[in-house]
Amino acid sequence: MHDTERRQRTAAIRDGIGVGLAVGVSGVAFGAAAITAGLTVAQACALSLFAFTGASQFALAGVVAAGGGLLAGTAGALLLGARNSFYGLRLALVLGASRQPLRTLVTAQGVIDESSAVAFAQPTPAAARAGFYTTFGTLYLTWNLTTALGAFGASQVSDPAVFGLDAVGPATFLALLWPRLRGDADTPPPETAQLRMIAGGGAAVALLATPFAAPGVPVLLAAGAALVVMLTPERSAPE
Amino acid sequence: MTVWWAIAITCAGCYLLKLAGLAAPRRVLDHPGVRRFARLVPVALLAALIAVQTFGHGQELRLDGARLAGMAAAVVALLLRAPFLVVLIAAAVVTALTRLMGM
Repeated sequence: MHDTERRQRTAAIRDGIGVGLAVGVSGVAFGAAAITAGLTVAQACALSLFAFTGASQFALAGVVAAGGGLLAGTAGALLLGARNSFYGLRLALVLGASRQPLRTLVTAQGVIDESSAVAFAQPTPAAARAGFYTTFGTLYLTWNLTTALGAFGASQVSDPAVFGLDAVGPATFLALLWPRLRGDADTPPPETAQLRMIAGGGAAVALLATPFAAPGVPVLLAAGAALVVMLTPERSAPE
Repeated sequence: MTVWWAIAITCAGCYLLKLAGLAAPRRVLDHPGVRRFARLVPVALLAALIAVQTFGHGQELRLDGARLAGMAAAVVALLLRAPFLVVLIAAAVVTALTRLMGM
């Protein structure tokens, strides 16, 4: 019994360290891309330290790179960050952190894609906790260290665009979106089809709006289009 | 609005959004509207960001051969189920090489 528990916890810790290191080192890409976008080293590091959620960080940097629309850019970054709220809702069940306010305040910073994915993949709450905190710790340290390295490195280069870092932002979003559109055992095919339609629609709305709206706004319009789909009554689809 | 203000609001907002989920009452999760929002909106946002950051140069739409090649490399890496970092490196390296070749 205890052997099984210990084995599950060890496996969760191994998962957490693996994911934390692998994703954490891509902080170097964010740091360098942020400099390419026109942010300073301090600004890149502040985002990694305090926002600590890659998609929102890349989204804000992208709007700065496009030259403006900071209000819309910030709104886009926050809308992307809202998915962490939903991870948090589910994580609260396994982490049971809400009983200790101070621990909840620290734990909150760790609620991101990777730590949630590792936690949800574990067979028991104990293993989920071990996986969550290991991923959080490893990823937080690595992501911040490599952000500083990437930002500093890129700031020493006269034209960092030569490294192809402008493709890293969209590639990050693609890697996050991919599993949702691929469809898996948990997602019924009609739902996958609906998600693909929404992705196509969102991309189309954003591209059509780009020449006419300030940078950052087209992405918000795409989210608005999804809200319209969301608010239309859904009779047959399963919830 | 200065860049620092945008960063401060993004940092504070992102943290509060994480905290809100962790501290919210459980029945919020069971609300069907909340669940649909969680499922649909990130998909539209991510797709829009991919499109805008692949084809957009400021407010102009342009086919940047190097960037497109980089995104194609990312798709191939994802089809091969490569890890996250490999996808990003593939995109950056192919974009840089294509640009180096003057395309």
